[in-house]
Amino acid sequence: MTSEKLDPQRDYPLASHRPELLRTPTGKRLDEITMEAVLAGEVAAEDLRIAPETLRLQAQIADSVGRPQLGQNFRRAAELTALPDEKVLGFYNALRPRASTKQQLTAIAEELEHDYSATLCAQLIREAADVYERRGILAS
Amino acid sequence: MSTKRAARPQTSTTQTPAAQATAALQRPGRQTPAVPRRSKRTEILENRPVNLDGFVEEWPEVGMVAMDSPYDPRPSVRVKDGTIVEMDGKDRKDFDFLDQFIADHAIDAAAAERAMAIPATEIAHMLLDPRVSRAEVLAVSSGLTPAKLLEVVKTMNVVEMMMAMQKMRARRTPANQGHSTSARDNPVQVAADAAEAGLRGFRELETTLGVVRYAPLVAIALQVGAQAGKPGVLTQCALEEATELELGMRGITAYAETISVYGTEQVFCDGDDTPWSKAFLASAYASRGIKMRFTSGTGAEVQMGNAEGKSMLYLEVRCILVAKGAGVQGLQNGSISCIGVPGAVPAGIRAVLAENLIASTVDLECASGNDQSFSHSDMRRTARMMPQLLPGTDFICSGYSAVPNYDNMFAGSNMDPEDYDDWNTLQRDLQVDGALRHVPEAEILAARNRAARALQGVFAHLDLAPITDREIEAVTYSHGSKELPLRDVLEDLKSAQSVMDRGVTGLDIVKGLEAGGFPEVAEALLGVLRQRVSGDLLHTSAILTPELTTLSAVNDANDYAGPGSGYRPSGARWEEMKQLRHVVSARNPEQEVGGSSPKAVPAGTAVGTGGTAGRRTLHLEEKGAAHQGRRSDEVVIGISPAFGDFFSKTIVDVPHAEVLRELLAGVEEQGVHARVIRLRSSADLAVIAHTAARLSGSGIGIGILSRGTTMIHQKDLVRLSNLELFPQAPLMDLETFRMIGRNAARYAKGESPEPVPSRNDYMARPRWQAKAALLHIKETEFVRPDAGPVELGALISMADAG
Repeated sequence: MTSEKLDPQRDYPLASHRPELLRTPTGKRLDEITMEAVLAGEVAAEDLRIAPETLRLQAQIADSVGRPQLGQNFRRAAELTALPDEKVLGFYNALRPRASTKQQLTAIAEELEHDYSATLCAQLIREAADVYERRGILAS
Repeated sequence: MSTKRAARPQTSTTQTPAAQATAALQRPGRQTPAVPRRSKRTEILENRPVNLDGFVEEWPEVGMVAMDSPYDPRPSVRVKDGTIVEMDGKDRKDFDFLDQFIADHAIDAAAAERAMAIPATEIAHMLLDPRVSRAEVLAVSSGLTPAKLLEVVKTMNVVEMMMAMQKMRARRTPANQGHSTSARDNPVQVAADAAEAGLRGFRELETTLGVVRYAPLVAIALQVGAQAGKPGVLTQCALEEATELELGMRGITAYAETISVYGTEQVFCDGDDTPWSKAFLASAYASRGIKMRFTSGTGAEVQMGNAEGKSMLYLEVRCILVAKGAGVQGLQNGSISCIGVPGAVPAGIRAVLAENLIASTVDLECASGNDQSFSHSDMRRTARMMPQLLPGTDFICSGYSAVPNYDNMFAGSNMDPEDYDDWNTLQRDLQVDGALRHVPEAEILAARNRAARALQGVFAHLDLAPITDREIEAVTYSHGSKELPLRDVLEDLKSAQSVMDRGVTGLDIVKGLEAGGFPEVAEALLGVLRQRVSGDLLHTSAILTPELTTLSAVNDANDYAGPGSGYRPSGARWEEMKQLRHVVSARNPEQEVGGSSPKAVPAGTAVGTGGTAGRRTLHLEEKGAAHQGRRSDEVVIGISPAFGDFFSKTIVDVPHAEVLRELLAGVEEQGVHARVIRLRSSADLAVIAHTAARLSGSGIGIGILSRGTTMIHQKDLVRLSNLELFPQAPLMDLETFRMIGRNAARYAKGESPEPVPSRNDYMARPRWQAKAALLHIKETEFVRPDAGPVELGALISMADAG
């Protein structure tokens, strides 16, 4: 799906103009998330999340309307879709000032890379580790 | 707030020696130094609300300066191999973490050197020239450093900034955000006020807590209330970052905003974050499909005591660029909770507008403040929000209090529900879209009630602390928490904990709404939750329409390009904006349009004296052409074409039956005879009164228009002169009409009575002038130029007299 070339003028909002491109992380289509399905217990909280492919489509739209930072954020987000909530919160807390040693941050970066193929997020965390070291805000 | 006023010493015990000497000179012989005499005017000015506001001198060394500090860096940039190696006079090795984050993530290194070479005034020209497109500005602004952006806005005055804002705001259609909170964290109140706010037009609603443990219940209430008011309103609960994210991930809230960033390294660390932790958080929100914006604002760093001697605006520009670099779509700024700091220094409110403008200039969504109590002065708090209201921003208020300010747990907002009608009037006056509207009371009551009942159903379904019918009844009609029954706080807190422990999600709320018999509200909430799957709401300046379609800077990009272009309220929206609580019907000026409740008559307005007012009826019988009177002891009363006919009361609703009764009684109590005639040929008071005088045997006549304007005339005077004129119809009460009749009779008897005291109300014009015009136009519709004056028999009787 990521090979799809989107035109923001024609395709956005995706929910209205390109619903066929959208799937929940559990593989459901948007029109399968109905009240009947909710009441029948066929829709779970995991169905109301965004899929990494969708975030990459939205990144493409952001890039093509001249918002590269927003696009990059969406690509990092695409990587984080694979992480459980607690892990996301845990990594966020680890990035707070004086919360982690350089080794701990490096370990998070490696985990992100190896377990989740989250290379962009890993890069952000390595960069943080370097800056934190230079500015003296690592845990001692 | 009166305590602060009272604390101000009325008499000074620390007079300067010079003042003491002066006082001693003024009052020789006194031992104690006297208080210097003050003028009455000074006293009045001292007591003006604006003097309760705090003002301080500038102190640039500690950052107590709005936007013009000698210690702010000079703009510079040097790029080597695609990396910024010098920025604003600092080498890369000396960059603090904000510098580095901004240099590496916010600024387009490829555009930087060329953009920085353009003089600041030239960039300012581009900003406000409508012929330079927004995209052309962005191509330059993407390469500007914090010091350069500061230098650009320093060349602009507030009018130029507003011009620029009109073009640079990301979304074409302006919107507004509201606060719904409760001093008692009462979820029923939060739901009802959210519903009303949704109905009034807010597209985002925010809550926060007094007792943080209440958060899950209040967040659920906000969500349910918002969807019950208007589908697609986005909600958030301002909490500590990690908890806020958790509520978002569960689908209890729809967006997040209180992700604070700061302008110095020290204060950023005091806030327990860094640009990298915040960037990670931005991605975390996006990874769950949740809209998010950062928050910052001038004054935070000096307030926290670590401004590094830089101006408030310079530090804020760094915050803005951190937001840009993190890839978050938008920013809430405009000083926000620190507004008292820039508000206290010279040009502080100009700096606040400048920060909003810079956020928009670097292509971020801007929720532009106006969200905190700002001033004791109504004039000043209005002036503070006009620079955002007039050009329009993505969210004009990043928190208009939708609850009375005493219930506002963000410590009060610049505007609250008592300002709704003023806001709507300003929109209508200026044809400027402030994104709110007037809603008839019946609709509001229905929405408040629906929201409270829907929440009752959800709480029951989720086995949370019950909501009683008594609470629902009370909240439907209440203004604030003071009018609501107290809830069992411990039970509520237990319920809140169980929401967290059981892992209740947005879907559970949907099911609760459906089970409680609110399928439309359930459908609206499911629609909001479904947005997470598409991620359309993650784009810059996104809101949901009531039809649940995303409107953002992608599909509703601001296209302002000068006069005649861009967003202008028109069509259905403009018709909606024309509605106010009280609008006089043009077709029938005795009625109001919009079906609102009848206007309360304020004290001091002229109305019928005596308990029988309004119960008399007037029957006027035409008795042929009016004749020339022969009795020297008569007064002729000339009434206007529609008096006691199409119209039945004056501009202030004094019944014509009573008016005529008092005039006649006034004449007759002097032993003078009165006749009534109607003029059909003119609605001009002077013509009517003069005609009556000429037909009067005594030469004295009274003329009266339907709206109540009255004149005593004499036949030998020129028409445009008169004996007595009562031009302000709204001030005419029965006592005045009686005195007019009496004086006319005394003139007829050849006496020289003291004129009826004239009254003046300098607020009559704003209140009545337009209605008077409508009444006059209507009266002239009944003019028959060729018809002569008609003699009338006036029968005034009690309506209920059998």
